Amino acid sequence: MLNVGKIEEGFVLDHIAAGKSLSIYEHLQLDKLDCTVAIIKNARSNKKGKKDILKVECDINTLDLDVLAYIDHNITVNVIKNGEIVEKKELMLPRQIKNVIRCHNPRCITSIEQELPHIFYLADAEKEVYRCKYCEEKYTEGSK
Amino acid sequence: MRHLMSPLDFTTEELDRLFDLANDIEQNPGKYAHACDGKILATCFYEPSTRTRLSFESAMTRLGGTVIGFSDAASSSASKGESVSDTIRIISCYSDICAMRHPKEGAPMVAAEKSGIPVINAGDGGHQHPTQTLTDLLTIRSMKGKLDHFTIGLCGDLKFGRTVHSLINALVRYQNIRFIFISPEELKVPDYITDMLKEKNIPYEEVIRLEDIMPHLDILYMTRVQKERFFNEEDYVRLKDFYILDTVKMALAKKDMLVLHPLPRVNEISVEVDEDPRAAYFKQAKYGVYVRMALILTLLELH
Repeated sequence: MLNVGKIEEGFVLDHIAAGKSLSIYEHLQLDKLDCTVAIIKNARSNKKGKKDILKVECDINTLDLDVLAYIDHNITVNVIKNGEIVEKKELMLPRQIKNVIRCHNPRCITSIEQELPHIFYLADAEKEVYRCKYCEEKYTEGSK
Repeated sequence: MRHLMSPLDFTTEELDRLFDLANDIEQNPGKYAHACDGKILATCFYEPSTRTRLSFESAMTRLGGTVIGFSDAASSSASKGESVSDTIRIISCYSDICAMRHPKEGAPMVAAEKSGIPVINAGDGGHQHPTQTLTDLLTIRSMKGKLDHFTIGLCGDLKFGRTVHSLINALVRYQNIRFIFISPEELKVPDYITDMLKEKNIPYEEVIRLEDIMPHLDILYMTRVQKERFFNEEDYVRLKDFYILDTVKMALAKKDMLVLHPLPRVNEISVEVDEDPRAAYFKQAKYGVYVRMALILTLLELH
């Protein structure tokens, strides 16, 4: 059994679907942060059989976790301070996501305009429908 | 500073004021002949559109202003690889207001984000065409005297037809409008439109045969199947003459039904229908100039 030590301040992202942790590492742009990150793949899970876990030691105000809700609702976010869990964050679908997914509409301006961010807004929270800000093309969870 | 990206950028009250102004311009053109003296309109057309571009140019000229611009991407700096963001920054230095048409959806919105002058979306791909919608609404309001309580049939290319999408978005804000979408299976109205109608509990039907629903319509909005929207020539050839409105079909319609068309038409309205008093599409082109005059005055805050 692999043991990873406790963190003093930061986040423990638990119940990540097995194999998804690297994608979350990229979406949260953790490669750009000078902090300790532990990626645990295929940990044993009573609920799911297997799961991934990410431990990030950083100032708790440095990460925008909204994008997690878009990637996977079921992730548990534990906020750690002084080595203890001080909060379990509930993930809410972000109203807008930037450069997380790309617009695949070949007629959209994002297909040719350099440097233009790919911005999607939440058009239907119930159905989790996001639409491109520029062309309004639908992007659903299933097509990720 | 305001832009016009979608018909929904204006409230219905603001639209009423815009249409009142357009009707006043129609009645008293002399009063507005110098309203835009010294002002410059830039028409940035990245794809050819004689009608919309000339309508804008006519509108600005009738207001006493002048016009600069380009009429296709080949004659603009886009052919050298310049981005829309850079082009609008330059255009902002040369003019007071810009009308932009672009084959890519959302391009005028990108321009508006970087612009120092008001930007009017003059059509972006298959997405929106708000000034055509303002034209359509002004025509209906002027000829029917109202913008509510009617059944409108939209016929032809409802998938790529941006005039259709814009008009639906605008009409849903008025009371008791019922939509009938008449199209072949391949050119059905996109799901984001039908999702929106369902959400707002606005009645709509999707049918294939035009003849069957003619007697129920107060307005018939015909559209052309646009060759430039197809990636596949074969599909275009198969669908282009799917609907042809002729005198036989017109005989089934109400006596006061209006036939609208954003123009240009190809075969979808037989020329024999032009003589029918219910054919309103040429009057519509005239209203297009008045409404663009009113829009320019409004966005330049000269009224």
